[in-house]
Amino acid sequence: MDGFPILSIMLLVPLLAGIGCFFVGTNASRWLALAGTLATFALGVILWANYEIGGSQWQFTERAELFAGFSYALGIDGIALMLIMLSVFLMPICILASWSAIQKRVGEYMAAFLFMEVLMIGVFAAQDLFLFYIFFEAGLIPMYLIIGVWGGDNRIYASYKFFLYTLLGSVLMLIAMFWMVAQAGTADIPTLMQYDFPVGPQFWLFLAFFASFAVKMPMWPVHTWLPDAHVQAPTAGSVILAGVLLKLGGYGFIRFSLPMFPDASAQLAWLVFALSMVAVVYTSLVALVQHDMKKLIAYSSVAHMALVTAGLFAFNVQGLEGAMMIMLGHGLVSGALFLCVGVIYDRLHTREIDRYGGLSINMPYYALFFMLFTMASVGLPGTSNFIGEFLALAGIYQASTWVALICTTGIILGAAYMLYLYRRVAFGDQKNADAAAMLDLDKREWAMLAPIAAVVLWMGVYPESFLAPMRADIATLDARLASAAPDGDSQLQAGAPRDTIANAMARPEHEEGEGAH
Amino acid sequence: MHPILIIVFLPLVAAIIAGLGNRMLGNLAAKSLTTGALFVSAILSWPIFLGFLGGTETAEVVPVLKWVQSGSMTFDWALRVDALTAVMLVVINSVSALVHLYSWGYMEEDPDQPRFFAYLSLFTFAMLMLVTADNLVQMFFGWEGVGLASYLLIGFWFKKPSAGAAAIKAFVVNRVGDLGFMLGIFGTYLVFQTTSITEILEAAPAMSGSTIGFLGMRLYTMDILCILLFIGAMGKSAQLFLHTWLPDAMEGPTPVSALIHAATMVTAGVFMVCRLSPMFETAPTALMIVTFIGAATCFFAATIGTTQWDIKRVIAYSTCSQLGYMFFAAGVGAYGVAMFHLFTHAFFKALLFLGAGSVIHAMHHEQDMRYYGDLRKKIPITFWAMMAGTLAITGVGILGVFGFAGFYSKDAILEAAWARGTGLSQFAFWMGAVAALLTSFYSWRLMFLTFWGKPRWIESEHIQHSVHKTPAEAGEDTTGGYHPHESPVSMLVPLGLLTLGAVFAGFVYKYPFIDGSAEAVNGAFWGASIYFNENLMHALHAVPLWVKLTATFVMITGFIGAYVAYIAKPDIPAKFVASFGWLHKFVYNKWYFDELYDAIFVKPAFWIGRQFWKLGDIGTIDRFGPNGIAWVVDRSSQAAKTIQSGYLYTYALIMLLGLVAAVTWVLF
Repeated sequence: MDGFPILSIMLLVPLLAGIGCFFVGTNASRWLALAGTLATFALGVILWANYEIGGSQWQFTERAELFAGFSYALGIDGIALMLIMLSVFLMPICILASWSAIQKRVGEYMAAFLFMEVLMIGVFAAQDLFLFYIFFEAGLIPMYLIIGVWGGDNRIYASYKFFLYTLLGSVLMLIAMFWMVAQAGTADIPTLMQYDFPVGPQFWLFLAFFASFAVKMPMWPVHTWLPDAHVQAPTAGSVILAGVLLKLGGYGFIRFSLPMFPDASAQLAWLVFALSMVAVVYTSLVALVQHDMKKLIAYSSVAHMALVTAGLFAFNVQGLEGAMMIMLGHGLVSGALFLCVGVIYDRLHTREIDRYGGLSINMPYYALFFMLFTMASVGLPGTSNFIGEFLALAGIYQASTWVALICTTGIILGAAYMLYLYRRVAFGDQKNADAAAMLDLDKREWAMLAPIAAVVLWMGVYPESFLAPMRADIATLDARLASAAPDGDSQLQAGAPRDTIANAMARPEHEEGEGAH
Repeated sequence: MHPILIIVFLPLVAAIIAGLGNRMLGNLAAKSLTTGALFVSAILSWPIFLGFLGGTETAEVVPVLKWVQSGSMTFDWALRVDALTAVMLVVINSVSALVHLYSWGYMEEDPDQPRFFAYLSLFTFAMLMLVTADNLVQMFFGWEGVGLASYLLIGFWFKKPSAGAAAIKAFVVNRVGDLGFMLGIFGTYLVFQTTSITEILEAAPAMSGSTIGFLGMRLYTMDILCILLFIGAMGKSAQLFLHTWLPDAMEGPTPVSALIHAATMVTAGVFMVCRLSPMFETAPTALMIVTFIGAATCFFAATIGTTQWDIKRVIAYSTCSQLGYMFFAAGVGAYGVAMFHLFTHAFFKALLFLGAGSVIHAMHHEQDMRYYGDLRKKIPITFWAMMAGTLAITGVGILGVFGFAGFYSKDAILEAAWARGTGLSQFAFWMGAVAALLTSFYSWRLMFLTFWGKPRWIESEHIQHSVHKTPAEAGEDTTGGYHPHESPVSMLVPLGLLTLGAVFAGFVYKYPFIDGSAEAVNGAFWGASIYFNENLMHALHAVPLWVKLTATFVMITGFIGAYVAYIAKPDIPAKFVASFGWLHKFVYNKWYFDELYDAIFVKPAFWIGRQFWKLGDIGTIDRFGPNGIAWVVDRSSQAAKTIQSGYLYTYALIMLLGLVAAVTWVLF
C-alpha cells in the first residue's frame, strides 16, 4: 500500500457520491448513496487488511503542507482504524434504513449522510490539530440538518439544543488549541501526543477540551440534548448519532486529553469518576420510567458512555481497552436497537411503548433480533458489549473499588430497563390490533440487522480481531500515563500466610465405622 | 477429537438449527434433532464419569479458541475435564436428555415446540460451558448463558403477564448476585493477576494472611474475594435474600422447572463453591457466611414449603431448602458430601418435578393441590414414581442396610455438620435436622393431598372447563365425572429412569463421593478437583449413633405429622391456622420478602427515576441550561432592541455616557 493515498480516497468517494446525489433523481440518489457507502466500506476492508499489526504506530500517512503551519495530514493508528471501520460499516446500513422512510428531498438527505461519512472518516484520520477541529465541528452541520429538516414534530427545538450544547464546548477547545500550537510550535497530533506541557496550564487545557468532549460523550449533566436529538432524528440519524457521533467524545479523550495532559487527567480523574457514577445510576433510573422507546435507548446510551469515561480514567490497559471495546460494541448495539425501533416505527408511526405488545407472535424474527441486541445491550457474555464492560470494570476496580461498585450496578439497572422494554414490546398479549397486524422483517430489514448481529457475536466470541490492532497503541498510551497514574484503593498488603485451612480438624483418635455408614 | 467437544457443542448446534429453522423445520425435526443431540451427549458423558470412578481418566484441559488478551489479563475458551466436571456432566446431560424426551409428551399441544426445544438445548450448552470452565470468565459466560436460557424459558408462555414478570425478576435478581460475582472476579484478578482457576487455587494459600482495601475497609484478602464470589452463588442458587425469583420461576413449563430450577442451573452456586474449595478454605469468615446462609435457607424455605398449595411451588421451596443443605455442607468443609447431595438431588428432584408435571397433565393443568385427591389408582405409574422421589427426598433407609438416595447424602451432610464441631456447624446441624422434619412433613403432605383422600376435582376451574359442570351441578360427585389419564410413554420413560436414580444413586455412589474411593478414606476419586478434607471425613464416620439416627428420626416424625394432619384427622390444619393465624399468614406469605423488596427497591427505583427525569433533567438542567440561556439571549436582545430606537438623542446620550466612562477609566 506504499504511497497509495487510501485515506484520501476514502474521503473522496463519499464526497463525490454526495455531490452526485444533488444532481440525480430520487431513486437514483438512493442507489448512488448505497453504492458510495458500500465502496467506502470495501475500501475500509482493504484498509484493515493492509493495516500492519505491530508495525509503525501511524500508518497510511499522507501529508501536504498548506499555509501558516496548517497542513493536510492524515494517518491512522489501530484506535482510529477501528472507529473508521465502525463508521463505514454503519453507513450503508443507514442508507438502507432510510430507503423508504425518507420521502422528501431524498437527494439532499443522501448527500447529507455521505458528507457526514466524509467528516467522520476525516475526524479519525486527521493528524493536524486544526484539520481535526474542522472535521470535528463540521460534523455537526449535516447532523443538524438531518434532525432539523427530516426530523419529527419538535425537530427545530431538538436541533437547536443539539447545536447549542455542542458548539459551546467547541469554542473553548479552539482557544486551547491555539495556545497549544503556540506553545509547542506544531499542530502535528503525533508530536503533541509526546509533548510535555507544563503541569499548570495542562489543567486549563484539559478543562477546555473536557468541555467539548463531555458534551459529545455525553456526560451527565450535559446530556439532555441527546434524548431530544434522538427522539426527533430520523432512524438513520439516530444510528449515526449513537453509533459514531457519541464516539467522538471518547476518541477525543483517548487521543487528546489523556496523552497530551496526563497530569491534569490524573488530577481531575475524580471529577470524571464522579460524573460517570452519577450518570450510570441517574440515567439508568431515568431510562426505567420512559414511555418513548427512543428516549429509553438514548438514556441507556448515556449510562453506557459513562462506563467509557470511567474506564478511560482508570489509567490502566484493561480500562482503556475496555473503553474502546464498549465504544465499538455500543456503536453497533445501540445503532441496531435504533434500527429495531425504526422497523416498527415505519409500520405504526409511533414510538410509544404501550402501543405495541406481543410482537413475538406476529414478528418472530424481529423479536429474535431485538432479543439479541437487548441482551448485547445488557452485556451478556458472548456479545460485543460484555468484553468492553468487563474489561472496563476490571480496570476501574484497580483504580477504585467504590467507582467499580457503583458502575457495576449498571448491569442490574441495565437489565431492568432493557428487559422491561422488551417485555412491553415483544411479550404479553397482542392488545393493539394494528400492532398485531404488522408483518415480520422484509429482505431490506434483514440486510440491515443480520450483519450487525453477526459482528456483535463475532466481537463477543473472538474479540482478538478487534483488540489486536489497538494493542500496541493502548500499550503506548498506558506507558505514557504510567507516571501520572494514581494508586488504586485496593493496596494489597502481604501478611504471613495461615498454615492451616479454614476447616482444619485434628485426626480423630478412634476410627469407628469406616466407610459411609 | 476429545469427546468433550462433542458433548458441549452438539447441543449448541442443535439449538441453533432448531431455533433458526423453527417453523420451516417443523416440530418433529426440531424435537428429534435436539433430543438426539442430548442423548448423544449423555451417552458420551457416562464413560468419562465412570473413567474417573475407575481411576482410568485423568484431569485435562482441552483448548478451544483464544478469547481475550488485554494487558496481563488473558482468558481463553477451553474445556476442563476432571472428576468434579464429570459429575456435573452426567447430571446435566442425563437429566437434560430425559427432560427433552419428557417434553415430547408434555409439550405435545404447544404451537411453539421448536422454540422450546431450542431453548432447552441452548440452556444445556451454557450449563456445560459453566461446568467445564477453566477460568472464572468462562464460568461467568456459562453463568449468564444459563441465566438467559432461564429467562427465555420462564417467559416461554410470554402471553401471560405473570410469566413475563417472573422472567424479568429471575434475570434481575440474578444480576444482583452477578454484581458480587463480577467484583469477585475483578478482585481476584487484581490479587493474582490471572483468571485461571488452577493458578488461583495454587496461589490462594500464600495470600491467606494478606489484607486488601475494599470500599474504604481493610479486610482479609481471601475473605472478601470469597464473599463477593459467594454473593454470585447466592443469586444463582436462590439462597436467602436472593431467593425470591425461584418460586416465581415456576411460571415456566414444568420440564423447565425440573431441568433448570431443580437439577442443574440452581446448583451452579454449589458447584462454584466446590470448584473453588481450596480458595474458600483460605477464607474462614467467608466459609462461616456460607454455612450460615445455607443453614438459614434450608430452614426458612422448608417452613414456607409446608404452607403452599401450588404443587410446583412446594417443590420449588423444597429445592431452595435442599440447596441450603448443600451450601452448609460446603461451608463446613465437606465438599464431596455437598456434591453427593447435588448429584442425588438432581435425580430425585427432577423426578418429583416431572412427576408433578405428569399430575398436572392428568389434571387438566390444575396445579392447586386443594383440588387433587385420590389420584393413586388413576395414575399409578406417576404415583409410584412420585413415591420413589418422596422416599428419596425424605431420606428413607435403614442404617447399614439400604436407603433411598437422599438417605445417604442428606444424612452425610448432617453428620459432617455435627462432626465439624464448631458452634456454627452445630447450629447448621440443628437447622438441618429441623428442616429435615419439615421436608418430610411437606413431602408427605404433597403426597397425601394429591394421591390420597377424596377427589376434590370439581372445585377446580380447569376441571370445570373440561367437564362443563359447576360444583352445584355435579352434586355429590366430587370428581365431576372427570377422568384423569396417565401420561404418554414419552413422559413415563423419563420418570422410570429417574426413579432408578432416586432409588439407587445414593447406595451405589456413596463411597466415591463421600470417601473418595471404595477402599479407604483418601479422596482418590476427587483428585485435585475439590478440597478433600480427610480428617473431617474420618470424623464424619465417627459421630455418635444418635447423630446418625437423627435424620431418620425426624423423617419418621414428619411423616407421622403429615399422616395425622392430612389422613387421620384432616381438620387439624384448619384448626392450626385458626389458632396460629399470624404465624400461618407470615409463613404462607413467604415471610413477606416480596412485599419488602417491592417497597424498598422496586417502587423507589421507579419513583426516583421519575423525579430525576422530571425534576432533574427537565426541571433543572434544561431549565437553567439550554432553555435558560435561550431565555437570557432572548431577553437581552429584547433589551438591545429598545436601545436601538433610531432617535439621535438616544445615541448621543449613550456616546456621552461612554465617553465619561472612558475618561474616568483613563484618568483614575
